[in-house]
Amino acid sequence: MRNDSPAKIYALHIGVLALLFALNFVLPDYHQGLFARIMALAVFAMGYNLLFGYVGLLSLGHAMFYSAGLYGAGLAVYHLGWGVPEAFVAGIACGAVLALVIGLLALRTSGVAFMIVTMMFAQVFYLLILYFAAWTGGDQGLVVQQASRMITIGGASLDLTNSTVRYMSALALFSVVLLATLAIVRSRFGRVLVAIRENEERTKMLGYHTVANKLAAVVASGAICAASGAAYALLFGYIGSSFASVQYSILPLLWVLLGGAATTLGPLIGTLFMYYVTDITSGFTSAYLLIVGVALILLVLFAPKGVLGSIRQRWLGWLP
Amino acid sequence: MADKNGFFDLSKTTLSRRTALKGMAAGAGLALAPGFVRYSQAQSSAPIKIGFQSHRTGIGAAYGRWYEKTSAAAVKAINDAGGIGGRKVELVIEDDGTDPARGAEVVGKFAKQHKTDIVFGTLFSHVVIGSAPAAGENKIPYFVVSEGHHVASTKLNRYVFQPGITDVKSQIKSMAPWIAANAGKKVTQIFPDFAFGYDHRDYLPPALKAQGADVIAQIAIPPTESSFTKYFPQIPAETEVIYHVMVGPAVLTFVKELGEFYGSQRPQLFGFMDSLEAVDINSPGLEFLDGSHFWEGSPRYAQPDDSAAQQAYRAAVGIDDNGAAVGDPKDVSTASHMFGCWETLYVVKKAMEDAGYKGPEDRAKLVEATEALKEFAEGPEHPQGPKTFNGKIHQCFGIQNISKVEGGKLKVVHKTKIEDGLYEPEGDYTTQAL
Repeated sequence: MRNDSPAKIYALHIGVLALLFALNFVLPDYHQGLFARIMALAVFAMGYNLLFGYVGLLSLGHAMFYSAGLYGAGLAVYHLGWGVPEAFVAGIACGAVLALVIGLLALRTSGVAFMIVTMMFAQVFYLLILYFAAWTGGDQGLVVQQASRMITIGGASLDLTNSTVRYMSALALFSVVLLATLAIVRSRFGRVLVAIRENEERTKMLGYHTVANKLAAVVASGAICAASGAAYALLFGYIGSSFASVQYSILPLLWVLLGGAATTLGPLIGTLFMYYVTDITSGFTSAYLLIVGVALILLVLFAPKGVLGSIRQRWLGWLP
Repeated sequence: MADKNGFFDLSKTTLSRRTALKGMAAGAGLALAPGFVRYSQAQSSAPIKIGFQSHRTGIGAAYGRWYEKTSAAAVKAINDAGGIGGRKVELVIEDDGTDPARGAEVVGKFAKQHKTDIVFGTLFSHVVIGSAPAAGENKIPYFVVSEGHHVASTKLNRYVFQPGITDVKSQIKSMAPWIAANAGKKVTQIFPDFAFGYDHRDYLPPALKAQGADVIAQIAIPPTESSFTKYFPQIPAETEVIYHVMVGPAVLTFVKELGEFYGSQRPQLFGFMDSLEAVDINSPGLEFLDGSHFWEGSPRYAQPDDSAAQQAYRAAVGIDDNGAAVGDPKDVSTASHMFGCWETLYVVKKAMEDAGYKGPEDRAKLVEATEALKEFAEGPEHPQGPKTFNGKIHQCFGIQNISKVEGGKLKVVHKTKIEDGLYEPEGDYTTQAL
């Protein structure tokens, strides 16, 4: 990560956002819907990447932050009849508070222990969702009705179930999080995080409070993942415990590894790639997960730093 | 061609040869344009495309395979008899991985990419609930074969229907009179600690109460459990009937350990066939079930009094007298549920023909035509038995079977009446906008 070409960096990111904006008008209907999902989930991957890629903390429990946002927003609409904006904020707040509590406890560990502790907490969260099935809908989940997924501002109303509104909402969230991630990794805070990843002892010796910085990163990561979950509940209208299962803790790790850990755009590429490999290959064979697995093995063998990580290593050293 | 006031006056128009040729060429081009041809075909002979959301992988794969077999057989029977409204039917299959998120994507794919006329065939409740919003937003009728109470709860939306299989609330309610009269009055329930179990936990006690019987204990077993012996001491000694609905691979261990716990002196056992769908009743460890009773949607084993329609249905799907695939006795079917695919496709045929369905532009008409259906007579289209349909809650009601395990087979000992499973509607989909 060099600071020598900010113009290139901003041009690239704005260019990607402009391309995504333009795609809304040219993509066929089905792919427009798929891209909206991919962008919402890429936000999840970006949140994960902040902690995994930049701080070097491998969590196996991020499904709990994602589903905290999902349930925080979804249940606020379902049970309390809240509007979309308030529910969205509630979802993010749930994720941030949960991340603060989990961070305070889990950051007492590191390495493999951190993985296990986060996975255990996520499992507790998952079982709590099942336990309180009367409110959460348990393993079957709940539908957030179409009529309650409207934003009314003044006299105008935005229907989140409309495909263009949904695409643009997902893009807006993606853009904000992408630019925020870029700002974070280019800031002093971001540099401290990378320093912790590279050598925590030395960072401590330089006078930085590494635990406080790591905690801030966990909270930021949890809040971003929760934003993704909240967006999913409000844009797609379903909340269910499968989003809190261990699978949803592994998925963002795979997306980030595929796209390139510690790259701002890697999460988008990884999510996009996995989605399309699944979507296309499942049309030909029921063994599509085998193909996904083979793709992952090939990637680990030939491009262990992921797509963008490898590109940065070989050609574009300035990529953030 | 326009006069000085700017109006067209055809009487003053002279048509040159060149203009005429241009006009004819343009007309011929229009008529031959691919879009025009497609449109005219869609109105007449293009097949009706049914998007089949199949559990090919994931936890529902055993069901998914049999759902596909049954649906393929029904489509063949429908096509052999002339199709729907004279048009052939074509199944377009997509795997949902038994996952609600992927399920919603698959519904979108059917609606927008494959451009199917309807979506059909989902079994697992969480996939149905996860996919329902996508069906509503795409305004594509979604016919599920799930037996969940979700459709009838009216918590989904107007585009979701379950006309080919009864829901679990109705099934449980219609079991209560037989249990109270024949098995015992003091019932202990053992169920998995998740939504499928909760339906039984919540609906059985009031149904039994109405019959003068009581649930005296409810034992919920966590889904992660692999050994059950420690739960059995919780079963009260005065229990006359154990009502069990354990599902998944652990069921064999559950039955084996229950057998070891009780030995030969056991209370009556009553279970739901959901526990043993696609599992051979003669598997080692299941001996303890001999003499116990089960709910069955449609009987797995051929019965002496099977109707001609039931026999024809079994032959068409390819299951032998033991409910296994013809030619492969180890490949046991999911007979209690898969008949719902057959019957649902015939409901779709009836509703499409009633609606004069031509293509996706008539989907709203199809919804209304389905809601207008009242009953389905027993016969080749409904081999499981007669049904009524409540268009307000989009749910059918039908008969249930109670079977006894006898000599390694399941013998139907009682058939319930449709009325046994009726309950007060919880809402009305028809008030929702289309």
